Amino acid sequence: MRKFSFLLFFFFCFSSLQAKEIQVCTSCEVNSLQQAVDMAVDGDVIRIKSGIYKEHGVEILNKSIKIIGEGYPVIDAEMQGTAITVKAENFSIEGIKIINIGTSHTNDFAAILVSRSKNFRIVNNRFENIFFGILIERSSAGTISGNKMKSKSRIQAKSGNGIHMWHSEDLTVKNNEIIGVRDGIYLEFVNNCVIKENLCKDNLRYGLHFMFSDHNEYLGNTFENNGAGVAVMYSKFIEMRRNLFRKNWGSASYGLLLKEISDSELINNTFEDNTIAISADNTNRINYRHNDFISNGYAVRIRGACYKNVFTENNFLANSFDVAYTGNINENEFLKNYWSEYTGYDLDKDGTGDVPYRPVKLFSYLVNRTPEAIILLRSIFIGLLDFSEKVSPIFTPAELIDPQPQMRKIK
Amino acid sequence: MYKILKYSFFDLTRSSWSYVYFFFYLLLGITLLFLNNDLSTAVITLMNVIIMIVPLIGTIFGVMYYYNSREFTELLLAQPVKRSSIFLGQYFGVAISLSLSLILGLGIPFVAYGLFKSAVIWDFVMLLITGLFLTLIFSALAFNIALSHENKIKGFGYAILLWLFLAVIYDGLFLLSLVYFQDYPLDKFSLIATMFNPIDLSRILILLKLDISALLSYTGAVFKEFFGTPLGAVTSMGMLILWVVFPLLRMRQVIRKKDF
Repeated sequence: MRKFSFLLFFFFCFSSLQAKEIQVCTSCEVNSLQQAVDMAVDGDVIRIKSGIYKEHGVEILNKSIKIIGEGYPVIDAEMQGTAITVKAENFSIEGIKIINIGTSHTNDFAAILVSRSKNFRIVNNRFENIFFGILIERSSAGTISGNKMKSKSRIQAKSGNGIHMWHSEDLTVKNNEIIGVRDGIYLEFVNNCVIKENLCKDNLRYGLHFMFSDHNEYLGNTFENNGAGVAVMYSKFIEMRRNLFRKNWGSASYGLLLKEISDSELINNTFEDNTIAISADNTNRINYRHNDFISNGYAVRIRGACYKNVFTENNFLANSFDVAYTGNINENEFLKNYWSEYTGYDLDKDGTGDVPYRPVKLFSYLVNRTPEAIILLRSIFIGLLDFSEKVSPIFTPAELIDPQPQMRKIK
Repeated sequence: MYKILKYSFFDLTRSSWSYVYFFFYLLLGITLLFLNNDLSTAVITLMNVIIMIVPLIGTIFGVMYYYNSREFTELLLAQPVKRSSIFLGQYFGVAISLSLSLILGLGIPFVAYGLFKSAVIWDFVMLLITGLFLTLIFSALAFNIALSHENKIKGFGYAILLWLFLAVIYDGLFLLSLVYFQDYPLDKFSLIATMFNPIDLSRILILLKLDISALLSYTGAVFKEFFGTPLGAVTSMGMLILWVVFPLLRMRQVIRKKDF
């Protein structure tokens, strides 16, 4: 008997140590997320059944728990404040749908606010009609993946960002879909992160926006039809590969706006149908390689104070202007690119044109001064002007040439 | 009038020039499409050709045809036929045969290339429509010039000058005025100035399909608000039609009073 009771005791201890699971459903005893969170201890799993839960201001403080939604249970914040606030380590939120986050001019209400946390996962959630989507501050080592956000922002001052990260590090943002918020992905003072394979579309301001965020990688993302494209500023050691920048149209819209970026790499990106594919302002030591610029208004616009930007082996295809340039040469280089407007020849058949290509046209210089002149684009007179300027450059920088233009498209 | 149109048309289809013109476009279309294998750059090159060659050919051909068929015209004038139907018939004979050469010459390679499956079809249709209008406009202008000048050399001279003015010089003056008055708001001015030149107007109509991304920078809003809306489309089409109608009206006036 004694032996048996000892065993029973042992079993009890063991089972209380093991993670328990808390079920939440509309008709259960536990019918709200907050209630479940209050009951939970470290290591517990909260399983939410599908249904509508009208809750806001749910707080998870210092509890390492796992929240799993089944069939996307809806957390409706009823336009009142943040839905879920987390300040914990080792937690995860998965498979829930958060809707109706109210806007505010003084508070950054978010669907999920993560603050001073570590080792977290926010995976496969859905967000609709939100102010801020996922707001992360002073946190590290998190994964945000497979989330889908959809909102209908109209006024910048009254809308928030999809995934907003501030003062954090070592985050992975992967496979998310962010549509119709203010900034799709926003980073400020965020280092060592990987932003991978996300889709940012139809956002009011920028698809991607970062400032003071060094050593980050942006791989395989798609930025499409955002109000002002993608803007990145004041950062170092950035790597951007295989991203697609598409259809960012408008007078103040860019495929990619680079401002005070240095020591970075842009490789294998595609820029298609943008008003201005890349606008570089004050950028130093940037390598542009194997990028495709297709049917943009301006492929590359270089403004003042850019040093040592090197463009090699890029394809410039059917852009209205390949390069617009202000300022001195400053060791910026164009080498071995393919230009679809190149008209030179290759007598020794080594695949490199024998005549250097001048990517800056007189007309782009003129349009810079008198924007309305754009209406004369591709007219015969402008063609003649550009041709005579090419023969003997007067207005455009004479040294700005690609000495080895390629005869074939670079693969 | 239809009888004369028919005669002029068949006369022209038998002349080798329409075939040269037709084969020129055919060759151009084939080279661009099958050697370039990039449809959008092909359309851009075609646009350059259309806004330059089509008006030129229309002008030269119109003047040439008028002077060449002078004896035939005199013969017709001796018959009890209305004057306007003689000249309009000749005009439409020229314009239609030129348009046919253009449409068939460019259309056949594009159809062979599989255009109907491609999204560029609308750009291409726009190209053909503007090409058609330019042919109509410039052969009408050419007939006007030829009617007013008995001297062939003078007539040709004026015709070439007209083409040069509308295709090149106009844009030069336009650009000069834009640069000179750059401190003033020029949006409306540039819109109106474009409207008054059929070549510029056609160019913009095609560009709106192709280079819209560039046109949208800076002053984009104005152009988009104007040309992007039905009002803009109707106005620019109307303008092109007016460019056909006015020379024809003037032609009728001149014919009525002219002493042959």
